[in-house]
Amino acid sequence: MTRRLSLFNITSLVLGFAFLYLPILLLVVYSFNGSRLVTVWGGFSTQWYGALFRNQALMEAAWVTLRIALLSASIATVLGTLAALALTRYGRFTGRTLFTGMVYAPMVMPEVITGLSLLLFFVAIDLDRGFWTITLAHTTLTMCFVTVVVQARLMTFDRSLEEAAMDLGAPPLRTFFSVTLPLIAPSIVAGFLLAFTLSLDDLVIASFNTGPGATTLPIKIYSQVRLGLSPEINAASTILIGLVTAGVISATLLSKRSVLRSRRNAH
Amino acid sequence: MRRTFAPWADPDAKPLIRFENVTKRFGEAVAVDHLTLDVFEGEFFCLLGPSGCGKTTLMRMLAGFEFPTEGVITLAGQSLEGVPPYRRPVNMMFQSYALFPHMSVEKNIAFGLKQDGLPKAEIADRVGEMLRLVQLEKLARRYPSQLSGGQRQRVALARALAKRPKVLLLDEPLGALDKKLREETQFELMDIQHELGMTFVVVTHDQEEAMTMADRIAVMDHGRIVQVATPGEIYEQPKTRFIAEFVGDVNILEGHVQGQENGLWHVKSPSAEAPLTIDDPDEVLHSGQAVAIAVRPEKMVVQREKPGPDALNVLTGEVWDIGYLGDWTVYRIRLATGEILRVSCANVSRFVESPIDWDEQVYVTFAPGAAVILAE
Repeated sequence: MTRRLSLFNITSLVLGFAFLYLPILLLVVYSFNGSRLVTVWGGFSTQWYGALFRNQALMEAAWVTLRIALLSASIATVLGTLAALALTRYGRFTGRTLFTGMVYAPMVMPEVITGLSLLLFFVAIDLDRGFWTITLAHTTLTMCFVTVVVQARLMTFDRSLEEAAMDLGAPPLRTFFSVTLPLIAPSIVAGFLLAFTLSLDDLVIASFNTGPGATTLPIKIYSQVRLGLSPEINAASTILIGLVTAGVISATLLSKRSVLRSRRNAH
Repeated sequence: MRRTFAPWADPDAKPLIRFENVTKRFGEAVAVDHLTLDVFEGEFFCLLGPSGCGKTTLMRMLAGFEFPTEGVITLAGQSLEGVPPYRRPVNMMFQSYALFPHMSVEKNIAFGLKQDGLPKAEIADRVGEMLRLVQLEKLARRYPSQLSGGQRQRVALARALAKRPKVLLLDEPLGALDKKLREETQFELMDIQHELGMTFVVVTHDQEEAMTMADRIAVMDHGRIVQVATPGEIYEQPKTRFIAEFVGDVNILEGHVQGQENGLWHVKSPSAEAPLTIDDPDEVLHSGQAVAIAVRPEKMVVQREKPGPDALNVLTGEVWDIGYLGDWTVYRIRLATGEILRVSCANVSRFVESPIDWDEQVYVTFAPGAAVILAE
């Protein structure tokens, strides 16, 4: 494990990360470009960030995206946590394996299919496409991620803590809110952050289920790029990257911490 | 005062806890099998048995985490049927301690009192009292992860005692402590129980622990109670071979009853040349019956010189192993039949002129009253 880094290791590490992050780095660097031309470096400038905040259409798209992400992540967190509780707590009910599989399926389902099937469903129930359909679609997409994260925590949860609370006089509901919930909270927050970031950067499902007046930032960026590259888009993308990175990193840290804590208390 | 405490011997005494013909099944498996048991107020009661004998299930039924499949459990004359754990005047100290990791020591202890809606000042008083009782005043604001194993055990005890339950249940209370701490804590538990006059029901698989602490021990096996008695009775008058072997060390000699003479039983055993003479008048046996004779290692004597012709219960063998334990020396003696006897000898003198050595031919004897006859 503690073997020294050899030249070969260093080279492959650099190449691997370059392959992964060079395009993104380029985009971030060019968002600070002083020139109007996307491919020519014209000195450092933050003018495109200023332009971005003055761009009414982009800002509106960002606002819609943020609202959808917050709302769908909140619903997904509640539903996902409930699903995780049901799947870990209610013993071996018939079809538990099937249900577990069905909860996980959206994670591996091609987004095109999820998007298309949701569109068909919304058309069938005659729901006007727009803000709410994207929110619902994103809830469907992200719920399973919450379930996975919360379930991982519940698996290591010491049930005797809940028994102790009940033994000391707390009825089931109060036990849940005073003991279970505070202890699994980090993983719930982690699940929420994951759901939030997933919703934030989703393009495929959003484009299937969007309608008039509900253009999310990824949709907006995508359609603008088709008309030609603009440094403003680089700036917008950089901010989006920053948000998503922050979300994923905190989610990882939170769930790691909560698992560590539960392990420490097992001793 | 302690010595005269024996409510189980008083036919008029009303038990605090009563299991009446209680059975608990988990699917096909029977965890507790038609069990009847009385526990009296103020008793330090131990449920002893190997893992899987049903002792934990029995305790969990008392706490309300499991409900009997059949039979009734009553507490102070009231049936506990359908009463959930949070409405029982019973508190439990968990094997894992189950301290709430997101609460400080004080908050942990106060948890149960808060559920009862006691006024804040009273909660603070009681928490202080409990902290003093378990000598943790200085650690009140620490979190469980900042405590040692022994300190956590005390917090768990204080939390379970805080509500002054009618019965305190302790599930392997000392299981997670190291040997030295375990011994100290045993006596502390006894002191606390005595001081509060509370009824303690302890589940343990450690017979030494049970012997030290309990007023009475119920030995369980396969969901049934094999014997309920004081530690002394369990050790000296075990009812079955299982108990004799489970509680303490024992040598078992097999044989057949030859007859009774002057109240003494004669048993012919392949392990000894002459029939063995056993003083166990309570047993009702018939000639030819197969029995096991149980003799504790400390009740046997090992010697180099051949005993006189009148000596009773003489076994011949050679020294197979010697274990010097400081206070005791344990000899393992191999008989001609291949059986290995365990004989322990108190080291009363610091110097012995010519101690018994490995491979020596020796004689093992025991008094008629030292042995117990167990019907097979």
